[in-house]
Amino acid sequence: MTVTAPAPTGTPIAATTPVRPISLWRLTLVELRKTADTRAGAWLLAIVALLAAAVVVVIITAGDATDLTFPGLLAPTLLPAAVLLPVLGVLSVTSEWSQRTTLTTYALVPRRMRVAAAKLLAALVLAALAYAACLAATAAALPFADGGTDPWRVPAEFLGRAGLFLVVNVLLGVAFGTLLMNSALAVVLYFVLPIAWSILGEMVTALHRPAEWLDLSVTSGLLLEPVMTDRDWARLGTSAAVWILVPLALGLVRLHRREIK
Amino acid sequence: MIEVAHLTKRYGAQVAVDDVSFTCEPGTVTGFLGPNGAGKSTTMRMICGLTPPTGGHATVAGQPYRRLPNPGREVGLLLDASAQHPGRTGRETLALAAQLLGVPASRAGELLALVDLSPAAARKRVGNYSLGMRQRLGLAQALLGGPRVLILDEPANGLDPEGIYWMRGLLRDFADRGGTVLLSSHLLREVEAVADRLVMIGKGRIVAQGAKDDLLAGSGTRVRALDPDALRHALAAAGLAHSPAPGGALLVDGDAEAVGRAAAAAGVVLLELGSRGAHGLEEMFLSLTNGTTTPEGTAR
Repeated sequence: MTVTAPAPTGTPIAATTPVRPISLWRLTLVELRKTADTRAGAWLLAIVALLAAAVVVVIITAGDATDLTFPGLLAPTLLPAAVLLPVLGVLSVTSEWSQRTTLTTYALVPRRMRVAAAKLLAALVLAALAYAACLAATAAALPFADGGTDPWRVPAEFLGRAGLFLVVNVLLGVAFGTLLMNSALAVVLYFVLPIAWSILGEMVTALHRPAEWLDLSVTSGLLLEPVMTDRDWARLGTSAAVWILVPLALGLVRLHRREIK
Repeated sequence: MIEVAHLTKRYGAQVAVDDVSFTCEPGTVTGFLGPNGAGKSTTMRMICGLTPPTGGHATVAGQPYRRLPNPGREVGLLLDASAQHPGRTGRETLALAAQLLGVPASRAGELLALVDLSPAAARKRVGNYSLGMRQRLGLAQALLGGPRVLILDEPANGLDPEGIYWMRGLLRDFADRGGTVLLSSHLLREVEAVADRLVMIGKGRIVAQGAKDDLLAGSGTRVRALDPDALRHALAAAGLAHSPAPGGALLVDGDAEAVGRAAAAAGVVLLELGSRGAHGLEEMFLSLTNGTTTPEGTAR
């Protein structure tokens, strides 16, 4: 069915472009664009880039690290992104609720799980871009470092783990945002949780062992260690399931049921 | 085409929308009227799949809204003009939607021009917009995908009189070309000028609906005579019920022709004779606002 009446002058109504369903890829691109096209998003991305650059420069110039290798320099370079990209992940979900743009988002894409999937994919793309930038910064800075015997030796396995480190952190942010649907709550919880673990873990001896398996800030840090054992992987998997998969699953159920106003 | 069948929404014991049914045909503008909190917005959100209904269902362009593969291309929505990200510019807001809908980015510019937002205004962040500008931006976004159906919740809020006049023209034009428009308002005057059909809702229930002209005509005739007593006798003789109105006039339950003939037969000189017009509708509307829902037999 189309509007058959001739269009009068000056009012572009019926668009001539064919109507196609919204692909997940297009939706992901839109979600990516949304993370950068607001003032808050643009600043956050700029700060991540600046901090990463600053870390590299500080380590190269002020650091007394001899034997500085590619993995040794990459690990600290990743930290600003690992801390701040999750915030971006949180906001990509929660700012829609606080600014009530959900009204537009879920009206244009009524299948809410697709939007959630696109937000996850966008966060992953963002993590990949940040990772590429960190790799480039590290590679650019390494020649200026007082490198050891073989600074350019990078085990592929380590590169994979370093990338996973960013992915785990970003997903944590998205999962918190999806569950809590509230910027302040999700961001605060994201920052407070590791602190709470370390304080409680020190005060209460009974929590020592659970913390080894459940404190994601510790277990994700294992990814940047030179070697990871099977037990380390199990610890990471457990804590990731508890803090990423469970909140994400509960959040998706909540999203599916929620009335959008 | 919008079809709403027995939509009901309960929040616990409270019934927000109660068995609401109506149809909006292509080529018409339907005014959805009711005081604040009557259930207009909830009904609209249920039509668009944002609020899950407790009962009933709705279809847009023949399908449940949530089944539409690319709803923005079929239905233009403006549910709340203030629900825009304040950190995004007006142009970016439209460009983003254009990318999502799969229409050329150039359409963002076309629509900004259509709703009369200047390039300078389009570069400003939405946080700096007045409510009127947000309404224009929201309308541009609604029209972006080239839809055949428009669903607008209080679109005239915040517009100045000139803006309201402009919007009426735009909606009329949209409907005249075969589009379907459903717009809500809590002001009768606002929709009276543009709507073909009215759906009036109070406390979640439809109290009157039908063609605007029928609703207006159905509300009786106002008549004033040189000799009021003679007129009363004449009306009684013709079997027309009547009640006193301000200014020495009578409100008669009948059309102008019947009243005129009755007066002529009795030789009564009339000073005023006309449809009671929107007054009747307005009284009903006001009674809704006051909480006493008494439809005056105008529902059809």
